[in-house]
Amino acid sequence: MSQLNPMNHLLSSTCEWLRGTGPESDIVISSRIRLARNLNGYLFSEKLDSSDAEHLIDEVEGAVKINPLLKDSFFFEYKSLKDQDRQFLLERHLISREHAAEKGEKALVVTKNEVVSIMILEEDHLRSQVFQSGLNLVEAWRLMDQIDTTLETKLVYSFHSNLGYLTACPTNVGTGLRASCMLHLPGLTMTKQVSKVLQALSKLNLAVRGFFGEGTQASGNFFQFSNQMTLGQQESDIVDSLERVMRQVVEHEKEARNYLLEKRRAKLEDQIWRAVGTLKSARLMSSAEALGFLSLMRLGIDLGFVQNLSKANLNALFLFTQPAHLQKLSGEELNSSERDQKRAELLRTRLKGVELA
Amino acid sequence: MVCNVCGQNEATIHLTEILNNQMVEIHLCETCAEQKGTEFKAHFDFNKLLASLGEFGEEFKAEQVSKIVCKQCGMSYEEFGRTGRLGCSNCYQAFEKLLMPLIKRVQRDVRHQGKAPQKAPADTKQTLELRDLQERLKKSIQSETFEEAAKIRDRIQELESKLKKESKKPKS
Repeated sequence: MSQLNPMNHLLSSTCEWLRGTGPESDIVISSRIRLARNLNGYLFSEKLDSSDAEHLIDEVEGAVKINPLLKDSFFFEYKSLKDQDRQFLLERHLISREHAAEKGEKALVVTKNEVVSIMILEEDHLRSQVFQSGLNLVEAWRLMDQIDTTLETKLVYSFHSNLGYLTACPTNVGTGLRASCMLHLPGLTMTKQVSKVLQALSKLNLAVRGFFGEGTQASGNFFQFSNQMTLGQQESDIVDSLERVMRQVVEHEKEARNYLLEKRRAKLEDQIWRAVGTLKSARLMSSAEALGFLSLMRLGIDLGFVQNLSKANLNALFLFTQPAHLQKLSGEELNSSERDQKRAELLRTRLKGVELA
Repeated sequence: MVCNVCGQNEATIHLTEILNNQMVEIHLCETCAEQKGTEFKAHFDFNKLLASLGEFGEEFKAEQVSKIVCKQCGMSYEEFGRTGRLGCSNCYQAFEKLLMPLIKRVQRDVRHQGKAPQKAPADTKQTLELRDLQERLKKSIQSETFEEAAKIRDRIQELESKLKKESKKPKS
């Protein structure tokens, strides 16, 4: 086992969801499966007192420790974490905004490769998630299912024969399963088709969200799609239908990119070259601005305009330019304007060797 | 862009939601997002959902509704309406009449299909298997794989008679 402090271990490794590999990884950043579970014999998180909460955390920790699929993992109790550490975990998508923000007894399990994380005492007692790089929901579900089944040999879940797994919010009841994919859709955005796609998907009962909670077109062209319904359909059917719809969106995005290359190449090149120019020379850069330019740069790599930069290294920049990562990397606390300066510096340094084809 | 909540600071957090087929954008500054962050999501979705339901019927006047309390955890329905979260598994029973219309609206069905805990009672597992088979039967008829459909139908009959026998058995 490495002697590194767990946070530093994470800082020096690549998040599963940013590895930039897997099927359709030009367009699909990552696939994620999340399961909501509550333990029998406890009130839900909202009403749980702190001594029961401690007890529950111990019970889950016990079940996790002997689980062969989770043996290479970190266990964090939030009492021992600084605010910045929680922000850091949030930026890596290992925990939710809600789990990061609320006070009280909470804990987190993360496998060292960051494929699996289990939030303990979020809205539900357990919120487990499995990430896969690229479009790979089926594999994510396979792994999630295994982990859930093995945990269940030690834990007793709250279950109702008609309503399935009982959750704190009725919108998660049943399977407790939320499948989601993060897509990068600059082509659809630039060809102004994205709202049409979003409208169509909402008719299929899919929810759309943004990246890092900043989902507008201006900041990154990233969209996260997920199933809305959790009750009345088998897990594998939920997963299959989302994956099928995502494949369609991927095809549309490819068409849009081809259209841009053929019909609006000069404009497209100009946008990407300007983004690269700014990233390589700016002295101050906000995180929203960085996200927008990095999105264009990513498109540049996909289309072969940008050289000497791997997808994984580019992806890392999406993370490193976030506030907590930036502060951890520079080893000091920084205020907002100091961060803008450090962010610009980091981008210039890391993108020094990047060239345009 | 100015924050939608305080109307003063520059908005840096942007959320896009699809609600009733309409794209809704919300813009927040960091401070407001932090304050709202914890309950924002559930709150935002939920009030709209509850409001759009409006089918509690005459028998559930607003006052009466908010007075219903779960005996196990002490949560009132009014509290649930505010936070969008139930207090315990018993709340599903305590608020059943109010929750079921809501669940019907937001979910595909009111009957679970799919995974069940290994430790679930045998009859629960059989009921779920039956539901799964009925679903598969529908699909195989749609795709005109009749041989498969016949097999599934036999299995359904087998299970149904088993369940019937068991329900006749006196409970020990």
